[in-house]
Amino acid sequence: MHVSTDIWIWIAAALTLCIYSFLYKDNPFYKFAEHLLVGVSAGYFFVIYFWNLIVPNLLTPVKNGFVTLFTGGGLTGDLAALVPGILGLIILTRLIPKIAWMSRWAIGFYFGAFQGIAITGYMQAFILAQIYGTFVTAANPVFSLTLFGNFFGDPGWARFVLATSGPLMIVGVICTLTYFFFSTEHKGVVGGVARVGIVFLMIGFGASFGYTVMARVSLLIGRLTFLLRDWLGIIS
Amino acid sequence: MRRELPLAICFIMGIIMTVQFFIPHAYSQWLFDNMLKWLIIVLTFAMILGILNLIKLHAQKVQHRRRDWLYSIVALFGISASLVTGFGWGIEADSPFMVLYDYVQIPMQATMFSLLAFFIASAAFRTFRARTLEATLLLVAAVVVMLGRVPLESVVGRWLPDLAEWILDYPNMAAKRGIMIGIGLGVISMALKIILGIERSWLGGGD
Repeated sequence: MHVSTDIWIWIAAALTLCIYSFLYKDNPFYKFAEHLLVGVSAGYFFVIYFWNLIVPNLLTPVKNGFVTLFTGGGLTGDLAALVPGILGLIILTRLIPKIAWMSRWAIGFYFGAFQGIAITGYMQAFILAQIYGTFVTAANPVFSLTLFGNFFGDPGWARFVLATSGPLMIVGVICTLTYFFFSTEHKGVVGGVARVGIVFLMIGFGASFGYTVMARVSLLIGRLTFLLRDWLGIIS
Repeated sequence: MRRELPLAICFIMGIIMTVQFFIPHAYSQWLFDNMLKWLIIVLTFAMILGILNLIKLHAQKVQHRRRDWLYSIVALFGISASLVTGFGWGIEADSPFMVLYDYVQIPMQATMFSLLAFFIASAAFRTFRARTLEATLLLVAAVVVMLGRVPLESVVGRWLPDLAEWILDYPNMAAKRGIMIGIGLGVISMALKIILGIERSWLGGGD
């Protein structure tokens, strides 16, 4: 057993235990760690936004633009960065109640442009690409008579799964979409198809749940490893 | 002026950015590329606004000695520590800012997320009852995917991880695709409503 002598490891271990103390019940140690996390994270993102986004996209181009202007190089496209810079400052008027309404100009600019990009972007990524992916995988159609031919030529479980999985995907997407189609009452054929959609949705939710649980468990293992190996040195 | 001008700006920008997609010209591409940069800058300021608001909120709590105000001092201390180290020494590896990140933020963040393992397991124990076909499917899919992620090959063979993979790749993906297509349609209809000024909740209250 080699207990760490690094003060930062001790701090990290103490904060980890403070948060795990919530498993017993809400307590001052947890609240302390919780507030510290909120504070440190907020400060972290503030600093990261400044250095990684504001400096390269706003301050540097504006500085270069002014240097070029004052050294006789004329107006350059770099100074265009002033426009979002001013809009950004206008957003901050939200903090001053008397002129808070001005922030709507910047929000309107952002919202409008974003929605304009979203219309085509979502159409491509969330609709067309998903429809394409449903019918075609790795440049091959998922419903392949060749795969069925292979199965009937030499029947086997693996070939059966290979041939039917693609069509199952198509059926699943159509049934799931039918479940979300509320313009027609879910009765008769539509009701039956929607019910199959529920089956796919339940399997999907279950799989997502299982996946999430395992991701959290691996984080838990990571924290326990930190406590037992890096801090206490009980395991190697 | 206070409500009409933002709506007009939103409408004009929305139309410009929708139309530019269909114009295969260098200027159109230039507009798109620059607009992305501009939006990042405006969004960054919006995020900074959120952080400033958080500072204001905690400062007011301390000032008026509201309930749990001592914890607000902790939050303000955390913010100050990050700001001082980040602006004082920069964000290079091994800088005090990154030390704070590695030994304070990351451990707490990971622990916070790992807490969910306990709560999600307890919630599952209470709610996963195989009473109906749907509930049974949910339970079976979750169990198969969980066990499929555990290295049990030497005990049960390859079929379990293969089945878990198949569930994730086909029935799960089919459901996800259906949901994603629905989300896409929803986002597009909401975008049209915002651009056309039918949806105005983003303007907020007041004048």
